[in-house]
Parts: sequence; C-alpha cells; structure tokens
Amino acid sequence: MAKGVKPRVKVPKTAAAGDSITIKTLISHKMESGQRKDKEGNLIPRSIINRFTCDFNGENVIDVTLEPAISTNPFFEFEAKVPESGDFAFTWYDDDGSVYETSKSITVE
Amino acid sequence: MYNNKTVLGALGGLLMTAGLAIADPVDDTLILNEETELVTRTAAPAHMADVVDEVISGWHFRGVETRAMQADDFDNPGMIFVEQAEDVWNTADGSEGKSCSSCHEGSDSMKGVKAVYPKWNEGAGEVRTLEMQINDCRENRMGAEKWKYTGGSMQNMIALISSVSRGVPVNVAIDGPAQSTWEQGKELYYTRTGQLELSCANCHEDNYGNMIRADHLSQGQINGFPVYRLKNTKLNSVHARFKGCVRDTRAETYKPGSAEFTALELYVASRGNGLSVEGPSVRN
Repeated sequence: MAKGVKPRVKVPKTAAAGDSITIKTLISHKMESGQRKDKEGNLIPRSIINRFTCDFNGENVIDVTLEPAISTNPFFEFEAKVPESGDFAFTWYDDDGSVYETSKSITVE
Repeated sequence: MYNNKTVLGALGGLLMTAGLAIADPVDDTLILNEETELVTRTAAPAHMADVVDEVISGWHFRGVETRAMQADDFDNPGMIFVEQAEDVWNTADGSEGKSCSSCHEGSDSMKGVKAVYPKWNEGAGEVRTLEMQINDCRENRMGAEKWKYTGGSMQNMIALISSVSRGVPVNVAIDGPAQSTWEQGKELYYTRTGQLELSCANCHEDNYGNMIRADHLSQGQINGFPVYRLKNTKLNSVHARFKGCVRDTRAETYKPGSAEFTALELYVASRGNGLSVEGPSVRN
C-alpha cells in the first residue's frame, strides 16, 4: 500500500430536494507515473490511483478513469443532484490493489 | 502610491527599454473559509514610513484562481501538509518518549506564536527562527534527531504552527535585544549582491507592482510562509526563498539557517508587521 494515502471529501450537510450540490474530493497520493527513473537509472514502477467513483444511495454519480499524467494528490470537483436524504459513497482504486473508501451523509430538508 | 517609487539600476533600465508594464495589486478581500477576514493590506509600520505608505500581502499579486485556492482550506494544497504535521505533533519521537503534545497539549495552543517569530531567546542569547526553536525542542527536550532546516518534516510543522495563527497580525519585536540583529537584516536587505547587483529593495521596494518579464513583483512579504508553490507542489521555507532570490542575482548565497538569513528574516518579517499571518499560503 502506498504511504500516507488519505481520502478527504467535502459535501454540504443539507440541501433542498432536487438541488445541485458541489462536491469536492481530494486524496493524498504520490501518483508515480512509471516514466521516471531513479538515481541508478532504473524505472520507478507506476503507482497511481487508476479509478475513482462516487455513488449516491447505490446509484452511480461519477466514474472516472485516471491516467499516469494526472498530478500528485488528485482533486475532483463535480456537481450532483440530490432527490432525497442519503449517503454519498466515495471509492478510490490503487494500482497496488488497495481500495480507499469514505462516505458522507446529506439531509434533504 | 507609486509617486515615491523610483526605477533604478540595470534592471530598471532593462524594463524601461522593454516598455514598463504597470500592474497594480488586485483589489480583493481574503476571507478564509467564508469566516475569517484576513488583513492583507494595511498602513506600513512606523519604521518604514519613509519608504512605503502601505504594506501589501503577496496574495494581492497572484491570479484569481490562486487567490481562491488559498481562501478555502479544502482547496489549499498546503493544508495536506498541515494534516500530516498534526499526526507528527501527537507522535512521540526520540529518547525521552515525548511528542510535541506532551509539553504543549493541542497544536491550537500555538496560536499567536508564528506572529512573533523570529524572536530573541534570552537563554541562548540570540534571535531565533521558529525552525531553530523546533530543533531545540527536538534535540534537548525530546532527544530526537534535528530536522533539516528547509526539509519536509520541518516545513510541515511550521505550516501547522502557522495555520493556527492565521488572522493574528504579524508583530515581531525589533527593539531591545533584537535590535542589532534587526539592523544587520536591514543592512542585508539594502545590499546589492551578485553579477546583477540587485538588493532585495530594488525589486520588492522600488518595483513592486511592476512585471519582471512574466512575473508580477510583490513586496516580498513573508506573512504567508511556508508557501505552497504550484510550480513545485510543496511547502517552501522563508530561507529557501531568500536563497532563490539571492541566487537569481547571480551571487553565492548564504545558507538556510545561517545567522545572515535569520537576521534578514527578522527584518523582512518586521516589514509586514500588521499583516495577518497567512501560512500556509498558495502562490505560483
């Protein structure tokens, strides 16, 4: 498992039904591209987050494929429509097989 | 406010022939997390009365996206390092089995500390930067290895200590026992160095607001340090910035952590007395 990986998300706590809300996510990750060489000239193996998904109450909101050109600590900002109260589930998939998960609840008033 | 500024020296001549571009600092208000309004421009401290009327944070000299990034802790990449330092704060290290929190409790107990450093240390009989103080704690209280002055662990910790002081006005003491160090720093500020024969003042006092090629010259305030720079995606220390500037005049530089840079840091910090502590700030 890559070192120091920590997911963070920012979701409003409340919204009105049918509102579009802004979600921000950030995961600390070195995103080693696989193109760089170390001091001895050996290739440093690729180690990136290759997929990110967000689901709301089991329904997919966004599903992203990440490529090696994406910089360190990938940040995503996107909008989602919330019809009802529920949970956003966020999942990041690491090249090494690790899966990082976090979730946030939102209440529709 | 520009009428008392003069364009001097080789650099000035260069800019003149290329056509002098004036780009005023942006008129904007920095509100942190939609809560705390920070002081980013204010009346110059008394000791600067004859050189500038107003001191202005580097925040006003950066683009709209960069400014927005700093206004929200989630968007500020420097806060990742603050979080990392928070873990270190509570983790014991060294032969004494102590962490920072063993003596200081929560990191929020450090509120106001960043605003008054560099500061005279009576026991040591010298002006100390926050980095020197942290390493003193590590060596003599924790029995731990010193951190590299400009290294990641050190700057993360400075960012944490700075972050809890955001909004507190910079207020370094320049009189009393610190005065001779401050005078030395002032001397360095106005001394031209290198093949280009530039002093700090030539850019940051005589020409702030002007463009130096594609770069918008600021007043060189250090209230926002450590700075997360988009160009190198890490926290940058004050002394590393000084080193970069002196190097750019094509001079041999002083070393980060040296007595010269400590004196210069005290002097430059005092030029921002009254501005809010902003670190970790975001710059390009």
